[in-house]
Amino acid sequence: MNTIAFTIVAIFTLTFALAAATNPRLMHAALSFAVMFLAIAASFFLLGAEFVGLVQVFVYVGAVAVLIVFTILLTRRDAEKARGFNWSGVVIAIAVFAGLVWAIMKSASVSVAPSVIKALTVKQIGVALMGSYVWPLLCVGVLLTAALIGALILVIEDKRQ
Amino acid sequence: MTLSIFLIVSAALFCIGLLAALSRRHAIFILIGIEMMLAAANINFIAFWRFAPPTAQPTGVMVAIFSIAIAAAEAAVGLAMVIAVYRHFRTTNVDQLNQLKG
Repeated sequence: MNTIAFTIVAIFTLTFALAAATNPRLMHAALSFAVMFLAIAASFFLLGAEFVGLVQVFVYVGAVAVLIVFTILLTRRDAEKARGFNWSGVVIAIAVFAGLVWAIMKSASVSVAPSVIKALTVKQIGVALMGSYVWPLLCVGVLLTAALIGALILVIEDKRQ
Repeated sequence: MTLSIFLIVSAALFCIGLLAALSRRHAIFILIGIEMMLAAANINFIAFWRFAPPTAQPTGVMVAIFSIAIAAAEAAVGLAMVIAVYRHFRTTNVDQLNQLKG
Protein backbone atom coordinates (compact mmCIF):
# COMPACT_ATOMS: atom_id res chain seq x y z
CA MET A 1 0.00 0.00 0.00
CA ASN A 2 1.33 3.36 -1.00
CA THR A 3 1.60 5.79 1.90
CA ILE A 4 1.93 8.92 -0.23
CA ALA A 5 -1.10 8.00 -2.33
CA PHE A 6 -3.14 7.32 0.77
CA THR A 7 -2.08 10.63 2.34
CA ILE A 8 -3.22 12.53 -0.76
CA VAL A 9 -6.52 10.63 -0.86
CA ALA A 10 -7.12 11.23 2.85
CA ILE A 11 -6.43 14.96 2.49
CA PHE A 12 -8.84 15.13 -0.46
CA THR A 13 -11.53 13.21 1.42
CA LEU A 14 -11.38 15.37 4.53
CA THR A 15 -11.09 18.68 2.64
CA PHE A 16 -14.11 18.00 0.47
CA ALA A 17 -16.06 16.58 3.40
CA LEU A 18 -15.40 19.78 5.33
CA ALA A 19 -16.40 21.83 2.28
CA ALA A 20 -19.63 19.85 1.93
CA ALA A 21 -20.39 20.28 5.62
CA THR A 22 -19.75 24.01 5.88
CA ASN A 23 -20.30 25.62 2.46
CA PRO A 24 -23.44 27.78 2.66
CA ARG A 25 -24.07 27.53 -1.09
CA LEU A 26 -26.09 24.41 -1.66
CA MET A 27 -24.91 23.45 -5.14
CA HIS A 28 -21.24 23.87 -4.27
CA ALA A 29 -21.71 21.73 -1.19
CA ALA A 30 -23.43 19.03 -3.25
CA LEU A 31 -20.52 19.05 -5.72
CA SER A 32 -18.02 18.71 -2.86
CA PHE A 33 -20.12 15.79 -1.59
CA ALA A 34 -19.74 13.99 -4.94
CA VAL A 35 -15.97 14.62 -5.07
CA MET A 36 -15.66 13.38 -1.49
CA PHE A 37 -17.25 10.07 -2.49
CA LEU A 38 -14.83 9.77 -5.41
CA ALA A 39 -11.96 10.20 -2.95
CA ILE A 40 -13.45 7.57 -0.63
CA ALA A 41 -13.71 5.20 -3.60
CA ALA A 42 -10.02 5.88 -4.31
CA SER A 43 -9.16 4.84 -0.77
CA PHE A 44 -11.16 1.62 -1.31
CA PHE A 45 -9.08 0.98 -4.43
CA LEU A 46 -5.91 1.49 -2.38
CA LEU A 47 -7.18 -0.98 0.21
CA GLY A 48 -7.74 -3.65 -2.44
CA ALA A 49 -11.55 -3.62 -2.47
CA GLU A 50 -11.98 -2.55 -6.09
CA PHE A 51 -15.54 -3.81 -6.42
CA VAL A 52 -16.74 -1.81 -3.42
CA GLY A 53 -15.02 1.27 -4.81
CA LEU A 54 -16.80 0.87 -8.13
CA VAL A 55 -20.15 0.29 -6.41
CA GLN A 56 -19.51 3.40 -4.33
CA VAL A 57 -18.89 5.49 -7.48
CA PHE A 58 -21.98 4.09 -9.25
CA VAL A 59 -24.34 4.45 -6.30
CA TYR A 60 -23.16 7.70 -4.72
CA VAL A 61 -21.68 9.79 -7.51
CA GLY A 62 -24.09 8.39 -10.10
CA ALA A 63 -27.35 8.18 -8.19
CA VAL A 64 -27.38 9.82 -4.76
CA ALA A 65 -25.54 12.99 -5.84
CA VAL A 66 -27.96 13.45 -8.76
CA LEU A 67 -30.89 12.86 -6.40
CA ILE A 68 -29.54 15.51 -4.03
CA VAL A 69 -29.05 18.01 -6.86
CA PHE A 70 -32.63 17.39 -8.05
CA THR A 71 -33.96 17.89 -4.53
CA ILE A 72 -32.00 21.14 -4.17
CA LEU A 73 -33.42 22.39 -7.48
CA LEU A 74 -36.97 21.38 -6.55
CA THR A 75 -36.78 23.15 -3.19
CA ARG A 76 -34.83 26.14 -4.42
CA ARG A 77 -37.17 28.87 -3.30
CA ASP A 78 -35.85 29.30 0.16
CA ALA A 79 -32.10 29.23 0.37
CA GLU A 80 -30.58 28.62 3.72
CA LYS A 81 -31.56 31.81 5.45
CA ALA A 82 -30.09 31.08 8.82
CA ARG A 83 -26.46 31.35 7.79
CA GLY A 84 -25.39 31.47 11.40
CA PHE A 85 -23.53 28.37 12.36
CA ASN A 86 -24.60 26.33 15.34
CA TRP A 87 -21.38 26.33 17.34
CA SER A 88 -22.54 23.72 19.84
CA GLY A 89 -22.39 21.21 16.94
CA VAL A 90 -18.72 22.09 16.39
CA VAL A 91 -17.94 21.58 20.07
CA ILE A 92 -19.72 18.21 20.13
CA ALA A 93 -17.99 17.05 16.94
CA ILE A 94 -14.54 17.99 18.26
CA ALA A 95 -15.27 16.26 21.58
CA VAL A 96 -16.37 13.07 19.78
CA PHE A 97 -13.28 13.20 17.56
CA ALA A 98 -11.00 13.61 20.59
CA GLY A 99 -12.67 10.65 22.28
CA LEU A 100 -12.35 8.44 19.20
CA VAL A 101 -8.68 9.35 18.63
CA TRP A 102 -7.94 8.71 22.31
CA ALA A 103 -9.58 5.27 22.06
CA ILE A 104 -7.66 4.42 18.84
CA MET A 105 -4.35 5.53 20.36
CA LYS A 106 -4.93 3.58 23.57
CA SER A 107 -5.63 0.26 21.89
CA ALA A 108 -2.41 -1.52 20.93
CA SER A 109 -4.09 -4.08 18.67
CA VAL A 110 -4.86 -1.63 15.85
CA SER A 111 -1.25 -0.70 15.05
CA VAL A 112 -0.75 -3.72 12.79
CA ALA A 113 0.65 -3.95 9.29
CA PRO A 114 -1.65 -5.09 6.46
CA SER A 115 -1.84 -8.84 6.06
CA VAL A 116 -0.98 -10.55 2.82
CA ILE A 117 -4.22 -11.49 1.10
CA LYS A 118 -5.09 -12.76 -2.30
CA ALA A 119 -6.78 -10.35 -4.67
CA LEU A 120 -10.53 -10.36 -4.20
CA THR A 121 -12.18 -11.13 -7.52
CA VAL A 122 -15.73 -10.26 -8.51
CA LYS A 123 -16.36 -13.99 -8.98
CA GLN A 124 -15.54 -14.62 -5.33
CA ILE A 125 -17.90 -11.83 -4.28
CA GLY A 126 -20.64 -13.23 -6.51
CA VAL A 127 -20.21 -16.75 -5.14
CA ALA A 128 -20.36 -15.42 -1.58
CA LEU A 129 -23.46 -13.30 -2.36
CA MET A 130 -25.27 -16.25 -3.90
CA GLY A 131 -23.98 -18.72 -1.32
CA SER A 132 -23.76 -17.87 2.35
CA TYR A 133 -25.11 -14.30 1.98
CA VAL A 134 -28.20 -15.13 -0.05
CA TRP A 135 -30.70 -14.34 2.73
CA PRO A 136 -29.21 -10.90 3.46
CA LEU A 137 -29.22 -10.27 -0.30
CA LEU A 138 -32.93 -11.09 -0.56
CA CYS A 139 -33.70 -8.96 2.49
CA VAL A 140 -31.81 -6.00 0.98
CA GLY A 141 -33.78 -6.50 -2.26
CA VAL A 142 -37.08 -6.38 -0.38
CA LEU A 143 -35.87 -3.35 1.60
CA LEU A 144 -34.86 -1.47 -1.55
CA THR A 145 -38.19 -2.23 -3.24
CA ALA A 146 -40.14 -1.12 -0.18
CA ALA A 147 -38.02 2.03 0.23
CA LEU A 148 -38.39 3.08 -3.41
CA ILE A 149 -42.16 2.44 -3.45
CA GLY A 150 -42.39 4.37 -0.17
CA ALA A 151 -40.40 7.27 -1.63
CA LEU A 152 -42.71 7.36 -4.66
CA ILE A 153 -45.83 7.36 -2.48
CA LEU A 154 -44.38 10.17 -0.35
CA VAL A 155 -43.87 12.48 -3.31
CA ILE A 156 -46.99 11.66 -5.35
CA GLU A 157 -49.23 14.70 -5.38
CA ASP A 158 -52.72 14.25 -4.03
CA LYS A 159 -54.99 15.22 -6.94
CA ARG A 160 -58.25 14.93 -5.04
CA GLN A 161 -58.00 18.27 -3.30
CA MET B 1 1.08 2.31 7.19
CA THR B 2 -0.92 0.78 10.00
CA LEU B 3 -4.58 0.26 10.66
CA SER B 4 -4.75 3.18 13.10
CA ILE B 5 -4.19 5.73 10.29
CA PHE B 6 -7.30 4.50 8.50
CA LEU B 7 -9.25 4.51 11.75
CA ILE B 8 -8.22 8.11 12.47
CA VAL B 9 -9.18 9.27 8.95
CA SER B 10 -12.57 7.58 9.23
CA ALA B 11 -13.07 9.03 12.72
CA ALA B 12 -12.38 12.50 11.28
CA LEU B 13 -14.86 11.85 8.47
CA PHE B 14 -17.45 10.65 10.99
CA CYS B 15 -17.01 13.81 13.05
CA ILE B 16 -17.33 16.06 9.99
CA GLY B 17 -20.57 14.24 9.19
CA LEU B 18 -21.71 14.71 12.78
CA LEU B 19 -20.87 18.42 12.48
CA ALA B 20 -22.96 18.68 9.31
CA ALA B 21 -25.88 16.80 10.85
CA LEU B 22 -25.85 18.87 14.04
CA SER B 23 -25.12 22.39 12.87
CA ARG B 24 -26.72 22.76 9.42
CA ARG B 25 -30.32 23.89 9.32
CA HIS B 26 -31.11 22.76 5.80
CA ALA B 27 -32.72 19.31 5.80
CA ILE B 28 -30.74 18.08 2.77
CA PHE B 29 -27.47 18.77 4.53
CA ILE B 30 -28.51 16.81 7.57
CA LEU B 31 -28.97 13.88 5.16
CA ILE B 32 -25.54 14.57 3.63
CA GLY B 33 -24.02 14.43 7.12
CA ILE B 34 -25.67 11.07 7.76
CA GLU B 35 -24.31 9.76 4.45
CA MET B 36 -20.82 10.90 5.46
CA MET B 37 -21.08 9.01 8.75
CA LEU B 38 -22.17 5.86 6.89
CA ALA B 39 -19.22 6.24 4.49
CA ALA B 40 -16.86 6.52 7.47
CA ALA B 41 -18.26 3.25 8.81
CA ASN B 42 -17.68 1.66 5.37
CA ILE B 43 -14.03 2.74 5.41
CA ASN B 44 -13.68 1.06 8.79
CA PHE B 45 -15.22 -2.19 7.51
CA ILE B 46 -12.91 -2.32 4.50
CA ALA B 47 -9.82 -1.39 6.55
CA PHE B 48 -10.52 -4.05 9.17
CA TRP B 49 -11.07 -6.62 6.41
CA ARG B 50 -7.77 -5.67 4.77
CA PHE B 51 -5.72 -5.74 7.96
CA ALA B 52 -7.25 -8.86 9.52
CA PRO B 53 -5.83 -12.31 8.79
CA PRO B 54 -7.37 -13.78 5.62
CA THR B 55 -10.64 -15.63 6.02
CA ALA B 56 -12.64 -17.88 3.75
CA GLN B 57 -15.45 -15.36 3.29
CA PRO B 58 -14.78 -11.65 2.53
CA THR B 59 -17.08 -10.57 5.35
CA GLY B 60 -15.96 -6.94 5.60
CA VAL B 61 -16.50 -6.37 1.88
CA MET B 62 -19.95 -7.98 2.06
CA VAL B 63 -21.02 -5.79 4.98
CA ALA B 64 -19.78 -2.70 3.11
CA ILE B 65 -21.79 -3.65 -0.01
CA PHE B 66 -24.97 -4.19 2.02
CA SER B 67 -24.36 -0.96 3.90
CA ILE B 68 -24.06 0.97 0.60
CA ALA B 69 -27.38 -0.50 -0.58
CA ILE B 70 -29.12 0.44 2.67
CA ALA B 71 -27.61 3.94 2.57
CA ALA B 72 -29.02 4.40 -0.95
CA ALA B 73 -32.50 3.37 0.26
CA GLU B 74 -32.18 5.78 3.20
CA ALA B 75 -31.16 8.63 0.90
CA ALA B 76 -34.12 8.02 -1.43
CA VAL B 77 -36.67 8.00 1.40
CA GLY B 78 -35.02 10.95 3.14
CA LEU B 79 -35.00 13.15 0.03
CA ALA B 80 -38.62 12.19 -0.72
CA MET B 81 -39.49 13.31 2.81
CA VAL B 82 -37.66 16.61 2.24
CA ILE B 83 -39.76 17.22 -0.90
CA ALA B 84 -42.99 16.27 0.90
CA VAL B 85 -42.16 18.59 3.81
CA TYR B 86 -41.30 21.38 1.38
CA ARG B 87 -44.67 21.00 -0.38
CA HIS B 88 -46.51 21.17 2.91
CA PHE B 89 -44.62 23.89 4.80
CA ARG B 90 -42.83 25.73 1.96
CA THR B 91 -39.56 25.48 3.83
CA THR B 92 -36.66 23.08 4.26
CA ASN B 93 -35.28 24.77 7.34
CA VAL B 94 -35.59 22.23 10.12
CA ASP B 95 -35.76 24.95 12.78
CA GLN B 96 -39.14 26.04 11.42
CA LEU B 97 -40.65 22.55 11.54
CA ASN B 98 -41.81 22.86 15.12
CA GLN B 99 -45.50 21.97 14.89
CA LEU B 100 -45.17 19.19 17.44
CA LYS B 101 -43.21 21.32 19.91
CA GLY B 102 -44.84 21.20 23.32
